[in-house]
Amino acid sequence: MSIQHPPTTQGRFGDYGGRFAPETLMPALLELEAAFNSAWADPGFHAELDALLADYVGRPTPVFRASRLSERHGIDLWFKREDLAHTGAHKVNNTIGQALLAQRMGKPRIIAETGAGQHGVATATACALLGLECVVYMGAKDVERQALNVYRMQLMGAEVVSVEKGAATLKDAVSEAMRDWVATVENTHYIIGSVVGPHPFPLIVRELQKVIGEELQRQLDGSAGKPKPDVIVACVGGGSNSMGIFHPYRGSGVDLVGVEAAGHGIASGAHGASLVAGSPGVLHGSRTYMLQDEQGQVVEAHSISAGLDYPGVGPEHSLYRDEGLARYVAITDDDALAALKVMSATEGIIPALESAHGLAWILANAAELKGKTVVLNLSGRGDKDVQQIAKFGG
Amino acid sequence: MADRFRQLFAEASAANRAVLLPYMTAGLPGPDTSLDMFKAMAAAGADGFEVGIPYSDPLMDGPTIHEAGLRAIAAGATVDSSLQLVEAIVAATAKPVVVMTYVNPILAIGVETFCERVARAGGSGLIVADLPAEESDEIAAACRAERIDLVLFVAPTTDDKRLAQVVARQPMFVYAVAELGVTGKRDRASSYAASVTRRIKAATDVPVVLGVGISNPAAAAAAAEVADGVIVGSALVRRVLDAANPKDAAAELSAAVAELATAMRRD
Repeated sequence: MSIQHPPTTQGRFGDYGGRFAPETLMPALLELEAAFNSAWADPGFHAELDALLADYVGRPTPVFRASRLSERHGIDLWFKREDLAHTGAHKVNNTIGQALLAQRMGKPRIIAETGAGQHGVATATACALLGLECVVYMGAKDVERQALNVYRMQLMGAEVVSVEKGAATLKDAVSEAMRDWVATVENTHYIIGSVVGPHPFPLIVRELQKVIGEELQRQLDGSAGKPKPDVIVACVGGGSNSMGIFHPYRGSGVDLVGVEAAGHGIASGAHGASLVAGSPGVLHGSRTYMLQDEQGQVVEAHSISAGLDYPGVGPEHSLYRDEGLARYVAITDDDALAALKVMSATEGIIPALESAHGLAWILANAAELKGKTVVLNLSGRGDKDVQQIAKFGG
Repeated sequence: MADRFRQLFAEASAANRAVLLPYMTAGLPGPDTSLDMFKAMAAAGADGFEVGIPYSDPLMDGPTIHEAGLRAIAAGATVDSSLQLVEAIVAATAKPVVVMTYVNPILAIGVETFCERVARAGGSGLIVADLPAEESDEIAAACRAERIDLVLFVAPTTDDKRLAQVVARQPMFVYAVAELGVTGKRDRASSYAASVTRRIKAATDVPVVLGVGISNPAAAAAAAEVADGVIVGSALVRRVLDAANPKDAAAELSAAVAELATAMRRD
């Protein structure tokens, strides 16, 4: 399968990306790149992956027209139902693919980081399916606010390691997973959960997630009374669901909108909006927009949703931002929470808090969007968040 | 300034000994007492220093150096204060200093400005833990312009082809990673120190310094048998973190460094 818009051989998307990793990991990154290129060119690999995506994950996921919200706001609003994928989020598209890759490389042990727990659950799932050992690093704060997902991972045989360092959230979980990998690289593959990290991870995760956008192209193709999207909206933490749905539409004229977490508000400094309010630097192995102070120390992010609580973003999004290939906006905790309630009560779908950021932007910009066909990537379901929403007085 | 390490390695080699380069985080235990730690180590037999600029997210470092960095940052350490400390160390001890950091603080200040400041502070070179050879051209060029040198890494996982690419770049020394894993104390002897050093020595005359996981006199002695230099970090940093006060910390460091230096004598 040919790769559209590949990075350079040094893993650069424009000025972004690269491989800023300790030497110990470099041979593994090169091995992974070679293994991915060989697998991706192998029809046998795709046949195996596609069969699992169809029969195990339940792809293609449906596209659903949100009629009541459409009528209320005068928008032709659709949801790409990644929440209906097995395990309840788009994360599984990536983990199944990377677990197959690990198997192909002969690495019996898998590590992963997780924020909301969705990537951890999806990794534990793929490991259970393929019989791989699985260790998931999770910030202590997230272990507490996503207790249900911790138990799901354990049920599937994964070991969950609580990370107490730093802010004890996703950033620290990524760092700790990388430290594990430095020590175990000979028998371990790191299934990173988003389009972040050193090359080739941003490429691999994008290629595994672009199935979302490719399905949408077939599902809303302008034929048989079906519209074509004018606007595609997706939340951006690390940026894998958004890159997955944006990539096939790159340069197509469709308005691509990435919604970051404004947390308590951009001005408060407590947010996760790397693209809207950050600056270029190097975080977790790649050059990208990130939250940092003038000394280059990484600044802690904040978001009500664990999946957006991250001070960096995938390097290709940085290119998209600079080149205007997509536009990036931010939505506060309060607006996301309100949108979650709207979707639940109006469409009977409880979205993940992450995905609710996308709907909140649509609702806030309904006037601008009037008459347009808008697709929200409903990247995950909200069951994991219900306990926390209740705590916030929902 | 890079010449100072060349001279140090040449002298040590002539005396048939390996050099001891303690690592210490700048700004520990506090801004006003950090220099005392280096003075104590210099008096106890350190040949030079690796001075760590505290960083919030040190991927190559284990819990001890991570904790040290966060503590120093909380106590007010910055890149500027760390480089001022380097200047003071060079002035007070006359020992050569290599500055250790990560890519992001260098980019935040600007590659050229950062290297210029290291040189002005009297630093001899730069160790950047998340900078593999492939990404090193820009920083290496800025170092050359300031007559300081970049140190590059060879790990147990580095194959001979990569090793050749690393040494072809003529680093000030090769930082040979003695363990699979991040920095930090190990209870057992290094499994890779001898083999990785032998492979590098077969490929180059550039000095080889072993580091990562060398945490006691026995391990330092074994490393000194094969390499041109030895870096001991976390085991020393831990003593400063755990000391009741700066005076105790300096005394602990003095004793530990003296013990390491004695153990490293080849006789």
